[in-house]
Amino acid sequence: MTDKKKNIKELPDSAAIIEEMVSKYPKKVAKKRAKAMVTNDPENKPEIQSNVRTVPGIITQRGCTYAGCKGVILGPTRDVINITHGPIGCGFYSWLTRRNQTKAGKGEENYIPYCFSTDMQDENIVFGGEAKLKQAIREAYEIFKPHSISIFSTCPVGLIGDDVHSVAREMKKELGITIFGFSCEGYRGVSQSAGHHIANNGVFTNVVGTEKPKRVGKFQINLMGEYNIGGDAFELERLFEEAGITLLSTFSGNSTIKSYAYAQSADLNLVMCHRSINYIAEMMEEKYGIPWVKINFIGAESTAKSLRKVAEFFDDAELTERVEKIVKREMSKVKKVSKEVRPDLEGKLAMLFVGGSRAHHYQDLFKELGITTISAGYEFAHRDDYEGREVIPNIKVDADTRNIEDIEVTRDDENFREDLVKKKQILEEKGYKFKEYSGMMSEMDKNSLVIDDISHWESEKLIEYFKPDVFCAGIKEKYAVQKMGVPLKQLHSYDYGGPYAGFEGAINFYRDMERMLNTRIWKMVDAPWKAEPEIVGSMNINI
Amino acid sequence: MRKIAIYGKGGIGKSTTTQNTVAGLVEAGKNVMVVGCDPKADSTRLLLGGLAQKTVLDTLREEGEDIDLDDIVKEGYGGVRCVESGGPEPGVGCAGRGIITSINLLEQLGGWDDKYSIDYTFYDVLGDVVCGGFAMPIREGKAQEIYIVVSGEMMAMYAANNICKGIKKFAEAGGVRLGGLICNSRKVDNESAMIEELAKRLGTQMIHFVPRDNMVQRAEINRQTVIEFDPEHGQADEYRQLANAIDKNEMFVIPQPLEMEELEKLLIDFGIAN
Repeated sequence: MTDKKKNIKELPDSAAIIEEMVSKYPKKVAKKRAKAMVTNDPENKPEIQSNVRTVPGIITQRGCTYAGCKGVILGPTRDVINITHGPIGCGFYSWLTRRNQTKAGKGEENYIPYCFSTDMQDENIVFGGEAKLKQAIREAYEIFKPHSISIFSTCPVGLIGDDVHSVAREMKKELGITIFGFSCEGYRGVSQSAGHHIANNGVFTNVVGTEKPKRVGKFQINLMGEYNIGGDAFELERLFEEAGITLLSTFSGNSTIKSYAYAQSADLNLVMCHRSINYIAEMMEEKYGIPWVKINFIGAESTAKSLRKVAEFFDDAELTERVEKIVKREMSKVKKVSKEVRPDLEGKLAMLFVGGSRAHHYQDLFKELGITTISAGYEFAHRDDYEGREVIPNIKVDADTRNIEDIEVTRDDENFREDLVKKKQILEEKGYKFKEYSGMMSEMDKNSLVIDDISHWESEKLIEYFKPDVFCAGIKEKYAVQKMGVPLKQLHSYDYGGPYAGFEGAINFYRDMERMLNTRIWKMVDAPWKAEPEIVGSMNINI
Repeated sequence: MRKIAIYGKGGIGKSTTTQNTVAGLVEAGKNVMVVGCDPKADSTRLLLGGLAQKTVLDTLREEGEDIDLDDIVKEGYGGVRCVESGGPEPGVGCAGRGIITSINLLEQLGGWDDKYSIDYTFYDVLGDVVCGGFAMPIREGKAQEIYIVVSGEMMAMYAANNICKGIKKFAEAGGVRLGGLICNSRKVDNESAMIEELAKRLGTQMIHFVPRDNMVQRAEINRQTVIEFDPEHGQADEYRQLANAIDKNEMFVIPQPLEMEELEKLLIDFGIAN
């Protein structure tokens, strides 16, 4: 292990390992997979194949469209009853698996601990499940009296043609509460990404702007694409509060439908996970004139940079002063810890294959520890998340994308913020960047290996080849990787840790990495008899 | 026991032909069971004298899983055991899945127990093969022989050819075979010769040519098969002959479906081009 202690200045060209990985595939599959593996050049970003169907038979990390819609986007919202319309498994396996935390005030609704499903049976498949869905909605309403209910379609719903939207309309009339449905059948898209888009459309159409705009603070923002895994959002809420920034709504962590309803009152939208939430940010800009910026609160430096970016937008001396004060104070705490742990971690190698932004954002934390990311990729991102938003006009619209409703957004003349449009223009002239995301590749080293939708086989090969010190992915990969003697940090659920966002989060991450990477246990994964197949011993018998 | 499925284009006369043929087999002393696989549940009307039959799926819905065989099997003309699978209303749910459910239930309840000593089971299946559920009777060995009801009309022949594609697919995996085409005449020009030629090209036979006769209609209005309604009528003999031909049939093939151009050419050669 000592040989890796030296700082890696230049990574080797990865052509050989790519060749080794794809050579085991059938010819057609190899051709397809090779397009999803590129050797990075941050100056001249190569085109990477992404957001295309996984070849059947490949063990992928991906989830389904339903998982993306219900599990990721709507799941962390506490004041809505999320009913899964389908057989029980879909509901059960999307129930609280991401460790999204929430903090309901006293007497406030919180349905996150519950799992609601219509538990479709054979009979409902044959005769249609609409009647049962209505019954489920009535029952849920009678028991909990929620103000909002949403319905998620699983695969069979689309096959038998249950119309969840007409059921939603009918029940909305009957019960007089907000009810809306999602056509997010699992097979609708290439991955969970389609579900994110469908969820964005649904929340935007059915919730955002249903309440009158309100002014509660001088600087109002929404935080988008932050899912409060392990309490990340709590950490950020604390920072905003101290800085005097009013966080109206988070899409969606520690969040409420109620707050989405007046989210159009924000002056600025902050986009954290670009992949899962940029749609809503875009639509809000079109409809209400609210600009958005890409920020990142993973990593202490990135957090400081992001806070400053917000302060710069509002351009208020007091706000700037408060932000600077926070950054100074927090950074000194962070530096103290990083100084302590860095010597034990510097020079180690990391791989991240996760999410649609996490594989990018967490590289910042590793960088702060002196850990080099040699290879990374997303599960469900699109080309813009790798190569930057500038490639969006060149992204091919395929048949799968057409499965997602393209909603037409028109300007809301009454609530449109001309003042923000003007502000944006002035700031842009000064060089301030809005809706800018240059993607993962621009921040990765030259020759690092970027792989989209990595397969189990490819992960194994990569680990054998690069022998990384840490691998970041999810629960499906965790134990397979750890059995190879490499610690795996789950970035969907943070294992049992977190928060990792903001300054405190960075400190937590540093400490967790120090513990995880420096334990001797990883050298003991192989059973002793593997190295020494025969145990030799002797004994004396005294008669 | 021989397990037979009758397929064909919608409205071609599958149910009528099936029930009349079954009447012929019953007359010849066979024990027959008819399983209607059409959500409309009208495959056994002539055998039951129009009695409203409670379908398997309705029973399942109303009574739950605890069902007796007698709840869903009714005895009709000459002791024919009649079952209607039933299904959802048009535009709702999945009728194909319904067929799978009801056939499974029928098996589970011992619908084919030795004590019934059934010689023949007929599955009367809706329209063209539209999805996996409707192909159920020809999958998993539920039916071993298929007869396709066809006429000299182009769309009927087109449907027959399509059904052959389905049969071919399942024949290669399982044991299902095509027993022949039943021509239910529409009085199209050269009909008999054309269907015989179609059968030949498909690698099968035209097992019988059923002429068009208003007697069928009359019997149907009286909720009876021709054999029951007017046993002396010539049309009754036609069905007896068809029943006999099926009983004696030994030609079971994997069909070779035609290309579209070939099928069109056949129609031109026999139909229009004279």
